[in-house]
Amino acid sequence: MDASETQAVLSARSAARARAADYLARRHRFRWPECLPWLLAIAAFFLLPDRMTFGAQVLIMVMFALSLDLILGYAGIVTLGHAAFFGVGAYTVGLLIARLGYTEPISSLCAAAMVAALIGFGTGWFLLRYRGLTLLMLTLATAIMLQETGNLRSDISGGYDGLPGLTIAPLFGIFQYDLYGHVNYLYVLGVLGLIFFFVRRIVYSPFGQALTGIRENVRRMHAIGSPVHRRLVTVYTIAAAIAGVAGALFTQTNAYVTLAVFDFDVSAKVMVMLILGGTGRLYGAFAGAVVYMVLEDYFSKMSPTFWQFGIGLLLVLTVLFAPRGILGLIEGASGRAARRAGP
Amino acid sequence: MTVPVLEVKGLNRAFGALPVTRNVDLALEKGARRALIGPNGAGKTTLVNLITGALKPSSGRVLLDGEDITALSQAERARRGLARTFQINTLFRGLTVLENICMTIGERDGECNNLWRAAGAKRSVIDEALDYLDALRLTDDALKLVRELPYGRQRLVEIAVALAQRPRVLLLDEPAAGVPSSETHLILDVVASLDPDIAILIIEHDMEVVFRFARQITVLVAGAVFTEGTPEEIMANADVRAVYLGEAIPGGGRHD
Ligand SMILES: Nc1ncnc2c1ncn2[C@@H]1O[C@H](COP(=O)(O)OP(=O)(O)O)[C@@H](O)[C@H]1O
Ligand SMILES: [Mg+2]
Repeated sequence: MDASETQAVLSARSAARARAADYLARRHRFRWPECLPWLLAIAAFFLLPDRMTFGAQVLIMVMFALSLDLILGYAGIVTLGHAAFFGVGAYTVGLLIARLGYTEPISSLCAAAMVAALIGFGTGWFLLRYRGLTLLMLTLATAIMLQETGNLRSDISGGYDGLPGLTIAPLFGIFQYDLYGHVNYLYVLGVLGLIFFFVRRIVYSPFGQALTGIRENVRRMHAIGSPVHRRLVTVYTIAAAIAGVAGALFTQTNAYVTLAVFDFDVSAKVMVMLILGGTGRLYGAFAGAVVYMVLEDYFSKMSPTFWQFGIGLLLVLTVLFAPRGILGLIEGASGRAARRAGP
Repeated sequence: MTVPVLEVKGLNRAFGALPVTRNVDLALEKGARRALIGPNGAGKTTLVNLITGALKPSSGRVLLDGEDITALSQAERARRGLARTFQINTLFRGLTVLENICMTIGERDGECNNLWRAAGAKRSVIDEALDYLDALRLTDDALKLVRELPYGRQRLVEIAVALAQRPRVLLLDEPAAGVPSSETHLILDVVASLDPDIAILIIEHDMEVVFRFARQITVLVAGAVFTEGTPEEIMANADVRAVYLGEAIPGGGRHD
């Protein structure tokens, strides 16, 4: 090989190096299409002023699905009991108001996050040693046991009748929650924005990378010295806190809470939403929750007895034809477009 | 005498009623080049699993720098400089080659405890990862997903990941297994040029490779150390020929 040839090989290699380094260095940067869901959420506020309570419920499910995405989509832990933390958050706020007369909304949210995180940490530390079916059953059992605890002390929890008529104090002591849920919608949207910002940071952090490593190959993670259990407990605790906040907002939005928040249905529903939207994709939670909630609303009005069939069909179509969810479809399409447009 | 970097003392392990590791003693000095040979099912991979902590022994001890690490987890041992490659590729298949290496460096340096900084923001990590890829001629594949690579290239990633751990002891479990014979030389060249300070134990069936690479050889038969010695001693050992080498001596016949 002569000198100029060597030179060419070297510069080709340094170009390849630069390209590779650039890719990693840029991956976490903000991209414009990421504005879209937020613009839609703001547009909904102006265009659908009489559907704001429903809108808030959709945003709450987005938040709940986002918390599940951290553990299911990124770390690859399948759980059937995520409602446990939603329920704990919901009841923290409910009990604060009904039993202690404490109605300040934001500190109640923080309390809900903390209690849910505590329970997430405690149960996670114990059950994340297991995998597969065992883990599935243990997560399921967590939610059932919490629900039964509530049932046992129905004098405190209100049992299956729940805690009705929970009203919260004005936001920041100024903004009264109105009957049409306008203030509440913006409040929920604000909290979601904040939490999304956190989750996005985590997902693109080295810790987030380690989570995908655990999902991709846990044996390799052990072999390279990753403290897998600690990582899982950490993300489980964070996800529990976020689910707790979603539950708290649920109580604040609806002004009541019943033990149904712990139902298996709730855990299953949030998983369906996430799979529908696309796991491990950050915005899958948005797409899935919005599409699911809107269709559920539409189907249930169309056929109050038969609407679940529509949801079932949707799920079948998703797993058969869009196994990576709605977001996967969009990525596939834009990827193809980019290749066509490219050299 | 110096303390061996890695020492295995009286290691035992059984699967059910089947003893797979029987009273194994083994030592690696700094910079050792030792081959572990033996018929299929002799318990070579199991021994690697016991040393790295992927399996727990029923009795016996593993020492790293003279310190007993038998009670430590696999991850803890890895953090102390004990790395291995797998007989069957065990990689992050859905991630890029570069991410596989960056992940390893991130865990090695404790970077992965960070929940806030962007993973790509530390240029030094990416640069170091690319150095490993450069050394193994994987730079052009840096942005490919591991599962898109041919098996032989994946074998190289397997080695790159182990190197990115900056190990003091490296256990290579049949690094060229599953690679078409036309490409094995690539992998074996890499193995031959590894840092002379790293203590290496290689499991390999190709006797030509073993005799070229190793300065010591341990023969494992039915879970127990049958004999050990220099390549010359092993080649001259009639018993070894009988149980194992029979048809695999360099130039003496086919390899399995
Ligand atoms: N997890 C396991 N459970 C039961 N038997 C096993 C397990 N792993 C290995 N074995 C058995 O142990 C013996 C040694 O296996 P292995 O260590 O893979 O041998 P080698 O790597 O020398 O070919 C084989 O008989 C194998 O079937
Ligand atoms: Mg083997």
